[in-house]
Amino acid sequence: MITLSHFIVLGAVLFCIAVAGIFINRKNVIVLLMSIELMLLAVNINFVAFSRFHGDVAGQVFVFFILTVAAAETAIGLAILTLLFRNSNTINIADIDSMKG
Amino acid sequence: MHQLPTSILLIIALAPLAGAVLAGFVGRRIGRSGSHWVTILGVGLSCVLSFYVLYQLVWGGASNYNHNLYTWFQIGKFNASVGFMIDRLSAMMMVVVSFVSLMVHVYTIGYMADEENYERFFSYIALFTFSMLMLVMSNNFMQLFFGWEAVGLVSYLLIGFYHKRPSAIFANLKAFLVNRVGDFGFVLGIAAVLYFLGTLDYQTAFDHAPSLVGKTLQITQGHTWDAATVIGILLFIGAMGKSAQVPLHVWLPDSMEGPTPISALIHAATMVTAGIFMVARMSPIFELSSTALSFIMVIGATGALFTGMIGIVQTDIKRVIAYSTLSQLGYMTVALGVSAYAGAVYHLMTHAFFKALLFLGAGSVIIAMHHEQDMRHMGGLRKYMPITYITMWVGSLALCGVPFFSGYYSKDAIIEAAGEAHRWGAGYAYFCVLFGALVTALYTFRLMHMTFHGKERFKVVDSHAQEGHGKDHHHKPGELAHPPKESPWVVTIPLIMLAIPSLLIGYFTVGPMLYGTWFGKAIHVQQAHNVLAEMATHYHGAFSKGLEGFAGWPFALVVLGFVITTYVYIFNPSMADRIKRVLKPVYIVLDRKFWFDEVYQAVFARGGVKLGRLFWKAGDTAMIDGAIDGSTGLVQRLASRMRRLQSGFLYHYAFAMILGLILLLGGFWWFGHV
Amino acid sequence: MSAQLLQLICFYAFSAVAVGSALLVITMRNSVHAVLSLVLTFFSVACLWLLAQAEFLAIVLIVVYVGAVMVLFLFVVMMLDINQERMRENFIQYLPVGIIVAAVMLVEMLGLIGVRAMHASLMGPDPAAAAGLSNTAWLGQALYTRFLLPFEIAALILTVGLIAAVVLTLRHKPNTRRQNPGDQVRIKHRERMRIVKMDAERPQESES
Repeated sequence: MITLSHFIVLGAVLFCIAVAGIFINRKNVIVLLMSIELMLLAVNINFVAFSRFHGDVAGQVFVFFILTVAAAETAIGLAILTLLFRNSNTINIADIDSMKG
Repeated sequence: MHQLPTSILLIIALAPLAGAVLAGFVGRRIGRSGSHWVTILGVGLSCVLSFYVLYQLVWGGASNYNHNLYTWFQIGKFNASVGFMIDRLSAMMMVVVSFVSLMVHVYTIGYMADEENYERFFSYIALFTFSMLMLVMSNNFMQLFFGWEAVGLVSYLLIGFYHKRPSAIFANLKAFLVNRVGDFGFVLGIAAVLYFLGTLDYQTAFDHAPSLVGKTLQITQGHTWDAATVIGILLFIGAMGKSAQVPLHVWLPDSMEGPTPISALIHAATMVTAGIFMVARMSPIFELSSTALSFIMVIGATGALFTGMIGIVQTDIKRVIAYSTLSQLGYMTVALGVSAYAGAVYHLMTHAFFKALLFLGAGSVIIAMHHEQDMRHMGGLRKYMPITYITMWVGSLALCGVPFFSGYYSKDAIIEAAGEAHRWGAGYAYFCVLFGALVTALYTFRLMHMTFHGKERFKVVDSHAQEGHGKDHHHKPGELAHPPKESPWVVTIPLIMLAIPSLLIGYFTVGPMLYGTWFGKAIHVQQAHNVLAEMATHYHGAFSKGLEGFAGWPFALVVLGFVITTYVYIFNPSMADRIKRVLKPVYIVLDRKFWFDEVYQAVFARGGVKLGRLFWKAGDTAMIDGAIDGSTGLVQRLASRMRRLQSGFLYHYAFAMILGLILLLGGFWWFGHV
Repeated sequence: MSAQLLQLICFYAFSAVAVGSALLVITMRNSVHAVLSLVLTFFSVACLWLLAQAEFLAIVLIVVYVGAVMVLFLFVVMMLDINQERMRENFIQYLPVGIIVAAVMLVEMLGLIGVRAMHASLMGPDPAAAAGLSNTAWLGQALYTRFLLPFEIAALILTVGLIAAVVLTLRHKPNTRRQNPGDQVRIKHRERMRIVKMDAERPQESES
């Protein structure tokens, strides 16, 4: 019997893996972006599960929007990454500190 | 009974203003004679019309005038308007003010002949005349206060007329500051009137004045003050500043830094008597409080005696007369204090004439002595300037109160009223004013003797050797380039014109004005302490009153004073120094003027500086600047520390975000499930 | 009963794959492998969504994410010449911190959510089927009626993202000559030719 908590726990686990990913791969921008994708996925799992278990369509509509925005975000993020690599020939975040106050 | 035409009253007030504006703003274009002509025409017009108004009121059967002409502003029920209240009291003041002012205007042509800023001077004195007329013609406290401050302003400007002289600037600042102290009380007094009576209109306020009885005001914890006493004392504090009563008298002697016509007009005849006029005008209010009147009487009596004593040791001719003014103002104040308002106003009038005369005479002497004011370098001037000499004697005798001179009737009445009064402190007041008569005689005759009689204590240096040096050449004290000569007619005519009323006006007006009911309802005295009415019962005409005077104590004291001074200064000149040596402590006390200046300088001036420095250091620099600089410094330090958080590394920011998330979740968990 | 058990078994299987591949995403040495692991994660989550009868979203996840976004990732990773070794520096050093943070967060989340209470919430009948619709029609009806404005805005955001990506990566090479249609239209005939006046002069004879 699949219950709501199954999905929620799965979402939480995936989210925490993504958080750990951000911590572990603190230099590789691509993996960082992928971690963000993982986080979004975890959130989406929650939305789908709540929508299904409460019989409310709004949750799935929201997932749709999140996918849309995430796609746009990824496109722009990768474009910025490309630019970054073109200008400084690295995607190592440790080398990039021009925002330093 | 007919009404006075409003247009005439407006012309009286505004003609001097028009002159002042013309002389002040286009003075350069219309030149020196243009300036003095427009102002003299303006003041002359208001003088003639003032006489007309007085005539209409006294003999023409005109009724009193009391109307608002213009509403200045209105706040709620309170209405500040400009209006005139013309009754015999204000009409008399108008005549005195405009007449003396006109005389001074004419006199100034001669006195200021060689001075720069001639146009400015005329503009100021015409402006003064306007302000003073507004003050006396006012029908409400607001306009009174306007005139009060306006005359103060012009006084300030004129004391500092020689604005390149540091002592003049010091003197005008001193006058200004001391008057602020008085005005503070005055404003509070006006506020109290508004608070208790709900109006600033004279007539309404006076009609409601009896309602003040029984009202009290809690000023300090546990002490309630009678409302009428509070109002009376506060208003009188204003008068103390303006009329130079002890202990706010210190500015008047210093005001002699101004040109002599100003001393005559503002600091002897008119402005300084504004306080006396004000108290007389407010008689319905003052009558309600015996405490306030006693206060007034004691202050006045103290001034009458002790400031006169200072005059005995002064050597500057103008300062002697200035102290004499202080003393005479004290007499007037005593008269106010014993409810003899008519006596005060009457003395105000006679004093205006003879004191203006004495000042203008002194000015005439000063012209002749080439702006030498020290009496020790004068003497024997009577043969050089006979008109000045004779008119000065008229003024002096009037001042001393010699019978049949105008000063006698007013001053003797005050002394007698003080003797008759039953008020608390009346004995002290009587002693002061009586002994003051001797003091008056001492300084007056000393002045006359040192100036006009005795040996000549100046040298005439050969004028030809001095030629080409110009008028600015400085002589040693007591050296003159030319022998002194009688002043020009513009100077002597005013002297004569003022000598006539000084001599005669008392004789002809004493009956109705002092003992009769000439002032009518303008002055209100309660029956219980109407000393003048008591005195009127044994008044049998001016002539017999004059004869009575020869038998009175005051005249005896005057004669004594005359004998002493004559002996000391004419027959035995070395006597003065010997007396000075014998009475050295007394001399020092008088010469230092009872240390008023020193104490004020030490306590208020230096204390003020110290207080200011304290506020500057502690309040401004430490607290305000400290708070501002400190807060910017704090932000700067905080920011310089916080900028290290902005490492620029993306993972630091991500770390911070996640840490925040963890803390948030932990908070939710810790503080209860939401 | 057996269908439900099968569902549960499928759920656990796909969840295990999703979690395992997610762990691989963050630990893989090679970025290409990491992307491929992410693809696997998406696949298994899509399967889970199918279990929850969210067929439309499951297909969208595979088509849009795996088909477009992940390919874009792969493309970028392969295009950029990344020093894989340097990227892995200090990996072991950061590992404990990452694990601790993740563990703390997981505990907090699970504690807050209240897993036990949700355990009672069973999967009811499919709301789309109850309405007599397919999942796609059910979602579409909501999307084109109640959520029309957000839907249009989402379209706008996608357009903006598209243009932004193009603008960011567009490179003007300095020595290529291109037409500028704007300038061509804006030109005036006076500016086409300029007559310059100058004095006639002879070429300087060279000294020899």
